[in-house]
Amino acid sequence: MNLQLVLEQVLNGAQLGVTLFLMAAGLTLIFGIMNLVNLAHGSFYMVGAYLAVTFYHWTGSLVLGVLLALPATMLVGVVIEVIALRTLYQRDHLDQVLATFGLILFFNELIAIVWGRVGLYTNLPDWLSGTVQFGEAFGYPLYRLVIIAVGVGVAAALWYLVARTRLGMLVRAGASNRTMVAALGVNIRLLYTLVFGFGAALAGLAGAMAAPIYSVQPGMGDPVLIQAFVVIAIGGIGSIRGALAGALIVGMVDTLGRAFLKPALATLISPPAAQSAGPALASMLIYLLMAAVLALRPEGLFPARGH
Amino acid sequence: MLHTVSRTLAAALVATVFAAQPAAAADKLKIGFITTLSGPAGIIGKHMKDSVELALEHLHGKVGGLDTQVIFGDDQFKPDVGLQVADKMVKDDKVQFVAGIIWSNIMLAVAPSVTEQGVFMIGTNAGPHQLAGSQCNRMFFTTSWQNDDTPAAMGEYMQKKGVNDVYLMAPNYAAGKDMLAGFKRDFNGRIADEVYTKLGQQDYQAEISQLRAKNPKAVFVFLPGGMGINFIRQYDQAGLHGKIPLYSSFTVDQTTLPALGDSAVGLWSTGYWSSELDNAANRKYISDFRKKYGYTPSFYGAQSYDGIMLIDGAIRAVKGNLQDKEGLIKAMESVPYKSTRGHYTYNVNHFPIENFYLLRAEKGPHGIVMKVEDTIFKNHKDAYYEECKMK
Repeated sequence: MNLQLVLEQVLNGAQLGVTLFLMAAGLTLIFGIMNLVNLAHGSFYMVGAYLAVTFYHWTGSLVLGVLLALPATMLVGVVIEVIALRTLYQRDHLDQVLATFGLILFFNELIAIVWGRVGLYTNLPDWLSGTVQFGEAFGYPLYRLVIIAVGVGVAAALWYLVARTRLGMLVRAGASNRTMVAALGVNIRLLYTLVFGFGAALAGLAGAMAAPIYSVQPGMGDPVLIQAFVVIAIGGIGSIRGALAGALIVGMVDTLGRAFLKPALATLISPPAAQSAGPALASMLIYLLMAAVLALRPEGLFPARGH
Repeated sequence: MLHTVSRTLAAALVATVFAAQPAAAADKLKIGFITTLSGPAGIIGKHMKDSVELALEHLHGKVGGLDTQVIFGDDQFKPDVGLQVADKMVKDDKVQFVAGIIWSNIMLAVAPSVTEQGVFMIGTNAGPHQLAGSQCNRMFFTTSWQNDDTPAAMGEYMQKKGVNDVYLMAPNYAAGKDMLAGFKRDFNGRIADEVYTKLGQQDYQAEISQLRAKNPKAVFVFLPGGMGINFIRQYDQAGLHGKIPLYSSFTVDQTTLPALGDSAVGLWSTGYWSSELDNAANRKYISDFRKKYGYTPSFYGAQSYDGIMLIDGAIRAVKGNLQDKEGLIKAMESVPYKSTRGHYTYNVNHFPIENFYLLRAEKGPHGIVMKVEDTIFKNHKDAYYEECKMK
């Protein structure tokens, strides 16, 4: 276990972390402000990926493809909010879970009907493929560094938006006390639609950036959604800061666990036992972490203030 | 209230009357075909369903010369759903044959239940070792292979080639462990590491970093479907393609090649079949399939096409008498049709004795296809048939 390898795995963890952050930011705002459990958030990730690939093929530019996919995914989110989810805000969480689970099935099949069941193929443009050399033996894929950079940039922009603008103030106020915000004459419906569309666009961005490295296929958003829920449970519901911290923690724990848990265990117990216990434990780590956080700080690490 | 009770009673009565009717008249054939049609694995189901429909077209809608109805069922990738679907086919639809099934865990749930009720089970993919060995059954046939054989062929090839220091990777579930065990059966070289990843994992960058640090001479993976697409792309993007040779089984095929594109070219695989195998049945299957559907089928499709042709040949051999189950078994044991893989025979456990080939992904006029490079196993028998006590 040399230092170089650890550094490389930390980069991997950061990359997973920023992807999760983009997912969790929208999820946590929607949950925190609108009190809506949105299982269909992973579908926006998938829709973003499909739209980005389609626009990429039309325009011949990955950057344009991703940029066009953002408003398009936002539009899909707004349409879903207006037709399907508005009626659900007053219902209890179980109804919301049922309805948004139905949306997952709907989107997976719709995507299969429109684009087919076979995974879509995309290639990275030449200027984004290739690796960046760190030292001698260790080259890191350039595109993954770009993902990290974009994720950090979006996190900074989000922080500015939420902490320094009027819209962000309303969003924070909404997360703390919805009734009061509505009583002060703010059009809470419009705010909800905006936040929902914005969250969908962030998930779409995560999916769009993932399109060239992951298999773009129906159902691709479902595993990411589960991890994003773990992130907001750890970070604290409704809190952007919590989503960022939670995402980075989950990204690091998951990546470093997958990489180093088995060799670490092998020094403690017999190698065959480590062989079977290592991968099983590594895939459980983030859930164990979530359970620990929930037991010690049920509100999450950085809860939204004002509750 | 009384009204509802009497209605329920009436419905129950009607149901019993129907259930009491004798099995469907012998002149009409019903085949229940189970596969996964929804979700990410639905692409495999599509290859299978399209192939069954092509087989029906080639037989002019009459399998074995009989009027035929094929009922498709979606197991949704779940053993319990697969079992329900099969039960409905056997009890309500009165099918004489159940065919299909991609996943070993679903096959293990469905096959015993179907054969117990005196209905034929024709597997067209999954080959769990239980059904080849201790749980073999006269009413069960498969047109595919036993699970271990395909990775074993790769192990054998790499052993012969003298490849040492192999890094193994598979998802952490039953079939993943079976596949790596199969690989290691004939491979005695050094294993650099054996890594099990999460089932359905999307990102392999952490594993790829570990792999590069170990610097093995070769990598062998079993990562079917989307997992393989993700891994191979990321392997490519990490700059390892061409640096460390990548070998695989059930990972690079016509269900994943369209999404892999150029990153698949040059990769090695093994299999009992390829679209490039040159025989009359295969040429007809491939060219008509491409004409009808506009894409190249995978081995999942070829096995399903063969399944319908096997049933066709057997029914013709007994002159359409579906009651003659002994005759049908005898006929199927003799392989009464021209398979897309060429000649093969059935072992005592009703698993094929067949060849396994070394395949390599190459660009051709119909996109990327798996070229046949060499024959690794000739007339290969699986490792479990001696445990099969079929009476």
